[in-house]
Amino acid sequence: MLSSVAERIYWSARYLQRIESSARLVNVYTNLLMDLPKDINISWYNLITLNSAEEEYESRYKVRDERNVVKFTLADDTNPGSMMVSIAMVRENLRTTRDVVPENAWELINELASYTDDSIKDGGLNRGKRHEFLTQVINQCQLIQGYIASTLSHDEVWDMWCIGRDLERMDMTTRILDAGANVLFSHDYREKSHVPIVVWGNVLRSSGADHAYRRHVAASVVGSKVINFLISNEHFPRSTNFCLNAIEKAVKRLPKGRKVMASIKELEIAKESSHSFSKSDEELSDYLNDLQLKIGELHRIFAESWFSLD
Amino acid sequence: MSINWKEYQPGVFYDELINNNGNARLPAKRLTSYLHSLNENELQRRQQLADAAIRDMGITFTVYTEEGNIDRSWPFDIIPRTISAKQWNKTAEGLMQRLQALNMFVNDLYHDQKIIKDGIVPKDLIENSTNFRKECIGISPPHNVWAHICGTDLVRDEDGEFYVLEDNLRVPSGVSYMLENRSITKRVLPELFQEDKILPVSGYTDQLFKTLADLAPHVDQPSIVVLTPGIYNSAYFEHAFLAQQMGVELVEGSDLTVAKNGYVYMKTIGGLERVDVIYRRIDDLFLDPKVFRKDSALGVPGLMKAWQKGKVALANAPGAGVADDKVIYAYVPEIIKYYLDQDPIISNVKTFLCSDKKQRDYVIANIDKLVVKPANESGGYGMLVGPHSTKKEQAEFVQLIKKDPRNYIAQPTLALSTAPTLVSGDKVEPRHLDLRPFVLQGKNSYVTTGGLTRVAMRKGSLVVNSSQGGGSKDTWIVDTEVK
Repeated sequence: MLSSVAERIYWSARYLQRIESSARLVNVYTNLLMDLPKDINISWYNLITLNSAEEEYESRYKVRDERNVVKFTLADDTNPGSMMVSIAMVRENLRTTRDVVPENAWELINELASYTDDSIKDGGLNRGKRHEFLTQVINQCQLIQGYIASTLSHDEVWDMWCIGRDLERMDMTTRILDAGANVLFSHDYREKSHVPIVVWGNVLRSSGADHAYRRHVAASVVGSKVINFLISNEHFPRSTNFCLNAIEKAVKRLPKGRKVMASIKELEIAKESSHSFSKSDEELSDYLNDLQLKIGELHRIFAESWFSLD
Repeated sequence: MSINWKEYQPGVFYDELINNNGNARLPAKRLTSYLHSLNENELQRRQQLADAAIRDMGITFTVYTEEGNIDRSWPFDIIPRTISAKQWNKTAEGLMQRLQALNMFVNDLYHDQKIIKDGIVPKDLIENSTNFRKECIGISPPHNVWAHICGTDLVRDEDGEFYVLEDNLRVPSGVSYMLENRSITKRVLPELFQEDKILPVSGYTDQLFKTLADLAPHVDQPSIVVLTPGIYNSAYFEHAFLAQQMGVELVEGSDLTVAKNGYVYMKTIGGLERVDVIYRRIDDLFLDPKVFRKDSALGVPGLMKAWQKGKVALANAPGAGVADDKVIYAYVPEIIKYYLDQDPIISNVKTFLCSDKKQRDYVIANIDKLVVKPANESGGYGMLVGPHSTKKEQAEFVQLIKKDPRNYIAQPTLALSTAPTLVSGDKVEPRHLDLRPFVLQGKNSYVTTGGLTRVAMRKGSLVVNSSQGGGSKDTWIVDTEVK
């Protein structure tokens, strides 16, 4: 597999995952704000903080309201992190790797691009149509993932795809957890005890994890358990632990796998050390920040090992 | 309201589907009566279906403009153009004959130049050809074939006969659109494929793969790549398409490297892997910055040397374009006669060479009736269509010809054949078209079943190039003799 192709496949997978995450986040946030008391000041701007996009946002918008945040996150083609741009990037990357990707995957991403364009022109960002629009986007992403998983040969291309997809999932899970923790730890909710439940419930939904959590952990949503679940659960495909295991498996199958594994080991990413987070809020925050940095390091290792060969 | 073929007026032109009496030609009978059975809403719906399929399949081509490059959807007309299998078989034979002779000609030019010594083709013509590469002198590529893939432009005149308008021996494109046009038509007019004997076109990529693999005769399973200039090339879609259909890697120059041992390698995630055959879609001059253009970032340093030493095969071979010159074109009938001792099966269009004084004087005196073309341009650029031009444009071309007579040829304005085309949604009008079949030559020869039909979508226009407002149609070779 060509190094340049490997890089494009890796990024296609990351961007496709990012499209789904953006759609999910905005969908969940819309719901979350309907459930919270008016005097609780959880703003749409959290979505910007969560994606570390403050600077990009400030340079474009003055008002931090729903309309602007939703537009910025989904439809702003000047924001490199927006869903529209992610879609364009998947297209661009798949367009340049059409020789290794099943034909239909390419057709499906084109369909997603034209559906998104049409829907946004047709007011898909407004509350009345937003849910339907974003649900459709999520479904189409799933369709493409499913199509690729079931028709692409599970060879090097697939391994590269998985690495990109799982790294992006891991990244998003840590961001969602961080955002949830920030909301709760910055307020005192003793008077309104249902608020944490609403927030953590939405953290789960943002990761598509509410059902799995209820089955594996408990019917009641408790902050520390949610955190533990999303970090260390072995079976849920978006927990950071699961993603890291999957990445390791794929890395081992690829050329130069052993060398890459050694570099990953050096990072000392703790997989199962989350049980103690209930103790201190700061500890969780530090852990998540550290994990974010290590995810960045992982990407650097992959790029160095496979993408730039000169 | 459905299509009324009796009201369809092709005028003096040969129409591919309908004869002068308003009746369908034999290969088009079932097609025209089927189209007649559709009402205008249904026709429109089918065209919309085609447009949506093109969008979803991402079939695009790139147009270069001053504002940047624009990716446009491939313009497609749903009404196919039909040709009888009997006529096609003869044409295909003519195409193979022509490419065979051209390859012998190129090989001769880079070796003994017998054809020049025998006074058939003038020496200065070759010396002044911008596509003659001195680096190729004395090289013998596998099977002595230089142009493995050729796109030949055919036109039909009023008499209904095919003529060769142009040979494209460098990096001809369009074959992917031929294949995609068929898959769209199968989606849009599926009913017709059940009953009509429409011959399939899908064998091309297999044949291309075989032709390329045969260029590395000493390697068991040769490693083949398609070399593209990259995403900003107008034919990038096609490069990716062909690589995908053949199951080979699509590479850019920066993915390849020539090692100390003289072989070519591609950079993979596991390290370097050897490459045996390169189907290059880059012009000669960009192939190797060490030999040709120093500023080329598209090519691979050292590639020419690797090719000269036989370490890697290039298709088409560098220097093949020497026979692609529009002045050489005028000599092709004699070239066929010289090498094969046969009469050309397909005729040339009458061509005036401006390098010859008598012919030049004729061209200048009749410039308002002729089509004037530069010898080495493609894509329909830099040409003058006499009857559709202004006095000022004509005067400009007279100056150009006088300045550089070797570089211009002229041909009579052809009465290009027409075919019914859907315009403004639901009306059917005649539009001019041509045909580009693709011919392969390596160990064996092969011709596509039909080819890419290009249509001038504007009324009365003769310019079919997609970069200049042309569209396309599916091309049906219909076997009318099978019961």
